Amino acid sequence: MPMVWVPSLMQKLTDGQAHVEVEGETVRQVIENLDAAFPGFKARVCDENDRLRHDVAVAVDGEVSSEGMRRKVKPDSEVNFLPALAGG
Amino acid sequence: MVDKNGNYKVIGTRPIRHDGTEKVTGQAIYGGDTRFPGMLYGHVLRSPHAHARVKSIDTSKAEALEGVRAVVTGADFPPTTADDMIDLGEGPTSLKSMRGNVLALDKVFYKGHAVAGVAAINAHIADEAIALIEVEYEVLPPVLDVRQAMEDNATLLHENMTTTAFGEDTGKKSNVSLHLNHVLGDPDAAFASAAVVVEREFTTATVHQGYIEPQNATAMWKTDGHLTVWTSTQGAFTTQKQLGAVLDHPISKTKVVPQEIGGGFGGKIPVYLEPVAALLSRKTNKPVKLIMTRADVFEGTGPTPGSYVRVKLGANKDGKLVAGEAYMAFESGGYPGSPMPCGVMCVFGCYEIPNGRIDGFDVVVNKPRSFAYRAPCSTQVALATETVMDEIAEQLGLDRLQFRLDNIAAEGTRRVDGMVYPRIGARETLEAIRDSEHWQAALTGDNQGRGISIGYWFNVGLKSAVTASVNKDGTVNLVEGSTDIGGSRTSIAMQFAEVVGLAAEDINPQVGDTSSIGYTDVTGGSRTTYATGWAAYEAAHDVIRQMRERAAKLWECEDDQVEFDDGIFRHSGDAAKKYNFKELANELDETGGPVVGNGTVDPASGVGGSFAANIADVEVDLETGKVGIARFTVVQDAGKAIHPSYVEGQMQGGSVQGIGWALNEEYFYTDDGNMANSTFLDYRIPTALDLPMIEPIIVEVPNPGHPFGVRGVGEANIAPPPAAIANAIYQAVGVRLRELPMRPERVVAALQAQAAGG
Repeated sequence: MPMVWVPSLMQKLTDGQAHVEVEGETVRQVIENLDAAFPGFKARVCDENDRLRHDVAVAVDGEVSSEGMRRKVKPDSEVNFLPALAGG
Repeated sequence: MVDKNGNYKVIGTRPIRHDGTEKVTGQAIYGGDTRFPGMLYGHVLRSPHAHARVKSIDTSKAEALEGVRAVVTGADFPPTTADDMIDLGEGPTSLKSMRGNVLALDKVFYKGHAVAGVAAINAHIADEAIALIEVEYEVLPPVLDVRQAMEDNATLLHENMTTTAFGEDTGKKSNVSLHLNHVLGDPDAAFASAAVVVEREFTTATVHQGYIEPQNATAMWKTDGHLTVWTSTQGAFTTQKQLGAVLDHPISKTKVVPQEIGGGFGGKIPVYLEPVAALLSRKTNKPVKLIMTRADVFEGTGPTPGSYVRVKLGANKDGKLVAGEAYMAFESGGYPGSPMPCGVMCVFGCYEIPNGRIDGFDVVVNKPRSFAYRAPCSTQVALATETVMDEIAEQLGLDRLQFRLDNIAAEGTRRVDGMVYPRIGARETLEAIRDSEHWQAALTGDNQGRGISIGYWFNVGLKSAVTASVNKDGTVNLVEGSTDIGGSRTSIAMQFAEVVGLAAEDINPQVGDTSSIGYTDVTGGSRTTYATGWAAYEAAHDVIRQMRERAAKLWECEDDQVEFDDGIFRHSGDAAKKYNFKELANELDETGGPVVGNGTVDPASGVGGSFAANIADVEVDLETGKVGIARFTVVQDAGKAIHPSYVEGQMQGGSVQGIGWALNEEYFYTDDGNMANSTFLDYRIPTALDLPMIEPIIVEVPNPGHPFGVRGVGEANIAPPPAAIANAIYQAVGVRLRELPMRPERVVAALQAQAAGG
């Protein structure tokens, strides 16, 4: 199962767990399953339009993409939720 | 993925830049050169107060002045009812903040905050009219320091602003808009086990990008609703998007024409004058042009944030880092949104630190809204980490360079924010320092010292588009959407030329406007040569595909019987049949007409971060405290240097800016929040007379995520200089400076404290 690294500021939702294994073939499915296991998770990373929040980026296997919720996730993938970043 | 195993004909050479002649002869067209019949000239009224409520604005006297054609204020914006967000292509920002920063809505948050705009038949009348606008302010106490702003009883800039923490609104009213936190492993236990722990505090001043060309904009809002804006920007499409949002105007009716740009470094991503010029043009049905003065640029545009950073590192007796902890607070200026998250990412980005904790805070203060400046926030945090690394090496009795090499990040290293590095060149960058002639050479004078440091920038990918039109003579017109700030026209054209087997000079690269090329994100994040170059690579392959079809027509064979290699199209079954690119281009008219290739990218992987390191030799004047740079080397991993001269130019430019940040540059504020040095005479950027030749050493650890192995090189080079210089000062005279800039009186004060036994 994909391994999700839970941001430290969200770990009170996961009973202090820093890493959680959860089913899912896309970021959307991972988030839905996380929310089922840990209610409130989705609201922290998604907006009311069912998209990733503007200030949140998701990295799958170390790569951040613009595919957002549709990004494919493999069974051995690592998923990180990060703050959205910019450069100069 | 890396193409051709590094055997290139064009890539790695140093052709003369395509825009060079126009620029050195003064023929290049910048925003200041824009002229249209009937054009009006604008000026902006700016707040004299750092913090005040705007009680009323009376524009009647200004509007009555002969020659004045229009006056606009924040009231001319569409209603801003909610805190809507807009993504500028490099991250989101608040629409209300953006509108308020362009023209103040109900409060002014910094001295120089724009309050109103005037259009008149000439600049003098516009200037006169500005003085006739009557603004009634309720002056409020300014908050000028990040730590002062974080105090529980601090004056609040935005009365209803609360702190959010990764999606959670804490409900606490504060000047802190955002708190980020990352934890890896068990830092408390690791610190308890460490043989050496060093913790230090650092502060850095607000500094400006210091681009030579001030912001400018000319707008023409036609009566049919079509708006065209000519401006100096790092991203035409980003400007288009911002204009659409700020003015609530469809992007289909908003065209942005990027003109030549005299520097940006992150400061020309947000809009300032563009919406004001547009509003004035809409009111007058005339083109309206606005240009900032240098004081406007300093006081009214976004510098990089001042900061407070505290870093603690622990190592075992063998010299391995076991834990790191960082606390950083960045001044976002009058509105939230500093690049603080980048500092969080970069603070321990150079090292393998198995246990760590990082806290970052975005804090509003009464200074201009801060924005990106070349590897934003990485310089501030590199100063802290690299100074503490030096101190730990000293306490353990280890060689400072070897200590760094023993802990350097590599492929597979997990950062404290959880991300794992792909192939990176941090080790090779430090090894190039070790192997350099400079590192081996002796110092040459009294009171000299040598410092080293390394910095990290993650780089970004984002979206780019390129269109290539093949001419009958075999040359190619290449239109790309990236504003060319540092020679990227040429580095993009070279990647195209490499694929199709032409010389760089056979490509005619041009920067398109928003109506002539596909969406392209900003020139920023060290992405242009990487991503737009990749789009050129894709466009080149599209051209080759079409050209093979044309050759097949000519030879009356199947497409797959045409091979292309090393610039030659060959018939696989007849060795006598072959065309070079130019010969085949000459046949296009009879085989179907024009060939136009397209390339678009939105790299989801393989962006590839870059590391830069310095050796700085300084000489300290013990009497005056002046620090001179005796010798300076910069090393950077470019992945693959497409045009080595431009890579070296980026490395040298970033180094000089970092040196200025270290020694001279700062916004010097009076107690009431006025910037006291808003000219280049008083805001001291180093010049060629202040510096030796910056010696660049390019390292090439190919980025496996790019066709040619490119890593962006525009930013990482500004991260290490202040730390290298601070470490060099310590080596020279035995005092540690932890506050930027390290100006003479601070050096003298540190020397006097040292002499007094402090």
